[in-house]
Amino acid sequence: MTREEVQAKVVKVLVDALGVDEDEVKPESVVRDDLGAESIDFLDIMFRLEKEFGIKIPKGEMMVEGLATDPSLVSNGTLTAQGLKLIEEKMPHAAAELVVLKQDPKLDNVSKLFTVNSITNYVMTKLG
Amino acid sequence: MRWIWIDKFVHFESRTRAVAVKNCSLAEEHLHDLYPAFPIMPHSLIIEGMAQTAGILVGEARGFREKVILAKVGRATFHRLVRPGSTILYDAVIEQLNDTGASIAGQVRFANSSKDRTDQLMEPGELVAEIEIMFSHIDQNLAGTKFPEHNFVFTEQFTELLQTYRSGLDIKL
Repeated sequence: MTREEVQAKVVKVLVDALGVDEDEVKPESVVRDDLGAESIDFLDIMFRLEKEFGIKIPKGEMMVEGLATDPSLVSNGTLTAQGLKLIEEKMPHAAAELVVLKQDPKLDNVSKLFTVNSITNYVMTKLG
Repeated sequence: MRWIWIDKFVHFESRTRAVAVKNCSLAEEHLHDLYPAFPIMPHSLIIEGMAQTAGILVGEARGFREKVILAKVGRATFHRLVRPGSTILYDAVIEQLNDTGASIAGQVRFANSSKDRTDQLMEPGELVAEIEIMFSHIDQNLAGTKFPEHNFVFTEQFTELLQTYRSGLDIKL
């Protein structure tokens, strides 16, 4: 499957999960900020990706979990150097988004890693 | 008050599918609340009935250890109104189930009556609604938020009620 085909299916998943119009969904769209996803929608999106592509998404693989509860990773609401390093290691599919996050590494901005582009990258790695 | 919107299970396949029955009676106050001169089963409570059917199916899959919370109604399409005297079937199928939650494809149908069958409630009839819902195992939430240890979803009262479903079913509660 080509990247374009994967991205088209990712867009379909987001349209179905979030009730947005297809033309609203751009490669750089941030799922939370631009498409209005709430926290529970991320679970819905993962279920739909698994079904659409026939893949399994292990817990914490597409998005690092538990950052907020580990003081070595987040201090005063901001990611520590260790936290950023962990994201860099665990989420290579979001390398481009991480560059932006590093400019303002607040915990609340971690969801900006979740874009159409990074989801497509992730699925591409899963499909081999 | 008991917030129970199904009457009994007529089919239960662990981790796979459950079918529950709801008899809608004019004696139930909620039928009169939406349109006073035209009693119907409110759509919101039909969704709740599906959520209870599916929620028990999802809960049983993990031995009722998880706190199974209705997280999202992805889609609910209604084709028919349910009037007093009707019996409806909630048919819930698990599409996906993992550590963090489950997604369900549900159908609601009228139960056909048949003079020749003793298990007439098992006969699915006309389609009433199609409902997609999702559940979260909230202790496994992505944000890592902690909740009380006590399982406030499957309470003692609720599990006691579930015992009544055991007769005729091959499930362990």
